[in-house]
Amino acid sequence: MKVKVLCRNPDDYVRETSRDIQRVPRNYDPTLHPFEVPREYTRALNATKLDRIFAKPFVASLDGHRDGVNCIAKHVKSLSTVLSGACDGQVKIWNLSRRECLRTIQAHEGFVRGICSRFCGTSFFTVGDDKTIKQWSMEAPGCGVREEPLTTILGKAVYTGIDHHQSEGTFATCGQTVDIWDEQKSSPIRSFSWGVDSFSCVRYNPVETELLASCASDRSIILYDMRESTPLKKVVMQLRSNTLCWNPMEAYNFTCANEDYNLYTYDMRRLDAPVTVHMDHVSAVLDVDYSPTGREFVSASFDKTVRIFPKHSGHSREVYHTKRMQHVICVRWSADNKYILSGSDEMNIRIWKANASEKLGVLTSREKAAIHYNQKLKEKFQHHPQVKRIARHRHLPRDIFKQKRELREMKEARRRKEQNVRKHSKPGSVPLVTEKEKHVVTVVE
Amino acid sequence: MAAPVQEALANTHVEKKKKPPKRYWEETKNEDDKNTDKDVKDKNSEGEAPQEVSDKKDDERRKKRKRRIDGKFISGKKDPFPGEAPIPQEQLKKFQRGKKFQKLNRARKKAKEIITQSEAASALAQKEAARYDLLLPEEAGFLEGEEGEDTCTVSQEDIAEAVDITSGAKYFNLHLTQFGPYRLDYSRTGRHLLLGGRRGHVSCIEWQTKNLMCEMNVMETVQDIKWLHTEAMFAVAQKKWLYIYDSKGIELHCIKKFNDVLRMQFLPYHFLLATASATGFLQYLDVSVGKEVAAICTKSGRLDVMAQNPYNAIIHLGHPNGTVSLWSPNQKEPLVKMLCHRGAVRSLTVDKTGTYMVTSGLDRKLKVYDIRAFKPLHKYFLPAGASCLSLSQKGLLSAATGDVVQVYRDVWGGGPISKPYMAHRVRGSVWGVGFCPFEDVLGIGHGEGFTSMIVPGAGEPNFDALDVNPYRSLKQRQEWEVKALLEKVQPELIGLDPGLLGKVDQATFEQKHKERVEALGYDPLANEKFKPRFKKRGKSAAGAVEKRKKKVAHEDQRDVIRKTVEERMEREKERKESAKQQAEQGRKTALDRFKK
Repeated sequence: MKVKVLCRNPDDYVRETSRDIQRVPRNYDPTLHPFEVPREYTRALNATKLDRIFAKPFVASLDGHRDGVNCIAKHVKSLSTVLSGACDGQVKIWNLSRRECLRTIQAHEGFVRGICSRFCGTSFFTVGDDKTIKQWSMEAPGCGVREEPLTTILGKAVYTGIDHHQSEGTFATCGQTVDIWDEQKSSPIRSFSWGVDSFSCVRYNPVETELLASCASDRSIILYDMRESTPLKKVVMQLRSNTLCWNPMEAYNFTCANEDYNLYTYDMRRLDAPVTVHMDHVSAVLDVDYSPTGREFVSASFDKTVRIFPKHSGHSREVYHTKRMQHVICVRWSADNKYILSGSDEMNIRIWKANASEKLGVLTSREKAAIHYNQKLKEKFQHHPQVKRIARHRHLPRDIFKQKRELREMKEARRRKEQNVRKHSKPGSVPLVTEKEKHVVTVVE
Repeated sequence: MAAPVQEALANTHVEKKKKPPKRYWEETKNEDDKNTDKDVKDKNSEGEAPQEVSDKKDDERRKKRKRRIDGKFISGKKDPFPGEAPIPQEQLKKFQRGKKFQKLNRARKKAKEIITQSEAASALAQKEAARYDLLLPEEAGFLEGEEGEDTCTVSQEDIAEAVDITSGAKYFNLHLTQFGPYRLDYSRTGRHLLLGGRRGHVSCIEWQTKNLMCEMNVMETVQDIKWLHTEAMFAVAQKKWLYIYDSKGIELHCIKKFNDVLRMQFLPYHFLLATASATGFLQYLDVSVGKEVAAICTKSGRLDVMAQNPYNAIIHLGHPNGTVSLWSPNQKEPLVKMLCHRGAVRSLTVDKTGTYMVTSGLDRKLKVYDIRAFKPLHKYFLPAGASCLSLSQKGLLSAATGDVVQVYRDVWGGGPISKPYMAHRVRGSVWGVGFCPFEDVLGIGHGEGFTSMIVPGAGEPNFDALDVNPYRSLKQRQEWEVKALLEKVQPELIGLDPGLLGKVDQATFEQKHKERVEALGYDPLANEKFKPRFKKRGKSAAGAVEKRKKKVAHEDQRDVIRKTVEERMEREKERKESAKQQAEQGRKTALDRFKK
């Protein structure tokens, strides 16, 4: 007779000393783990609930401006430095980690319309309502020395925006025309205009660095090549675009913030229809900025909210608002992909978390593992109605909520009418126009 | 392992200066192998001789390239075990969950990406888990007789003597003659034993250390006893009501909503206590919140045969008319009703994978059912009939017939079995049997007390400490309790297929899509009509565009044609086959019907 009976030595399964960690022998045999899917689903549901419980996106508010914040710029080299320009001509430099103002400059008379830092991070440019372009040093002057711009260019018309080249000493401004400037010269080296009287925004492409895009007041978005003397092409939309932003990772895509409450992502190569229409705002969208990963972007709107959209999605994944925040004029996504800065009418710059429920600070490896696991679970079960309902729910201020409902009703009515018209007319005479095609008037090459 | 490596070595074109050091895997090789190797070498050298003369430089370069590809070391030696270690198919199969996605070509681009990614991830997980199997510390027990010796004749005393002292101590008898017969229940960790005598004696024991946790007499009939999720609480079905006690024997609750309970089952992942009563009610009690989840009137009289399916938490009830019915708390009617026996059902049990059900009835039959197909696999005739059945984690079946407990092996494996694996006679008639989880022990409650019997190979040797840990400390138990409560599965999720949540709900999608199409007035998921893009100068003439359109149109058409042709071929084939069969039948004469 040969016999063996299961006999475990407890020493193999119990920790040696009380200071040791507990032993956790594993056996991954699926038959020892019944109800895998229902248990995972329950975990996913819990993770989604916790996510909503911990969603406290507001980090801090930077106050100090004495008028509405009109523009924000990130420092190119330093994560913690941010520049902001206000409607009274003041420019402030902030330290984000200490949440305090480092410097205040009375840069312009009237609005500061645009601000951008040089690629090396040693100086920055501002344009204002007083028709000047000023270059400032990033270093504060010595004690008792007056703040003086490094250079000042006096222009003929008001400048409304400025952007600097990625690696060369040239920058572009917009106003009555789009001008390309050499830092060494006091007159533009090139001026573009295409039958329009004013531009609201100009942006360099971050990858194809000689390319520019601008939003014009005649409802068009115009693309330029800096090396050519004429613009490349333009797309005319039904309403005016306020600003645009290039996707830093897929730099052939850009997103523009439109007056018709929507944002449009275009592929530069095919302007005849936007790639995606992003809807959710209930008032004009004023500013847009991409995350450094290029997967999401943030938009600021006149409806007093900030929304975050995934680049492919037609609807926002997140909306930020507070009782005190008024019309949000400018918004930026920080370069470490963690924070969002919004500047609004009531003189404050607010810092938000990009991921509302993210835990700040140093995480232990077990915390990280748990977060990743929960993330994956949420992703896996995101389409289940219970999970979706909880994940999607956001509180909205009463008037925005009402407006949203109103807009939905209007849209529904319009659709219904069109359907009825189609039903009662000759087949094919009322073509189906998709949402994407609806908003583009024409493309001019 | 050794053979292919050797071959690869022989096939290399590199001339070796030194012999490689001898390795252990080469020692097993016999003379024949060497001879064949030599042959191969000779052939190689013959074939290569003229080439070497013609282009030596080219060869050098090729050698270099090859070295890099083969992953050889700079010294010229070769990795004896190239690539990753192989995993046996059987192990891989054990960790397979579901099938691979088949219709990948028809999926949309984004969906395809997601599918391929997730499939790669699950393949990796499967592989890693299969690899980990090698590291499991314990091996299952076994009992083998010598030639001509039946294992069922081996007595418990002999086994207890043959094994080590700790294991030997697992065979013991408790003589409790006063309040029997006894029912028993092991806790999920297998450390604690609960005994309930019919005449009111209840005791819980840490059976390995023989440490008595509590003992009392409830002064009432005890019908059944069950541990709840931890060893801190247990439920006792007494004469009238259901009671819950803690491990010190203090009465925590008397639940008067549950009356005349005869049998109980605890569903550990749902925290549900299912009770079957003499009045024909099947009731579910959520022990985490103390609420009755469902009360179902089964309308089939006294319910004294009950088992749970550990795979999907379905309750199986056996009835006096020979039927077995399957119940979930979400439905007032049974999910399935199957006729299993000619007489009343005496006992039933379900294996842990939820594949097989074993039942015994008053017709003295023991039947094994496949409950995926609801079909019988094997039928056995037991002269005395089996009163209590129990299945172990490793699939051993114990059947109590009168005062003898028999243990069977491979009940559903290959062919029908002829004799038991083990047998043991106890003093009184058997009232309850149960295998201890993670131990090679079978507990038997009978009229004269309790017997713990050693059954080698019954228990799962390797436990998962995150699920059930027999060696957990108090702190670990508390942690586990919180975690388990957090991921308590809702009773609404109980159904025949527990993996249903992870599957695609095609019906709902189709319904929703239909509604959407109706609302929108067009199909948003339909393929866009091909609009030829402006390509190059000279290619956009009206004729050329028309041609391109045609091409695409034909593409669609071709698909349709291909499909119809295939279908036609298949039909033709079927027709031919059936004709052939008919022809064969036609050849039969009228007298053939008498042949047999």
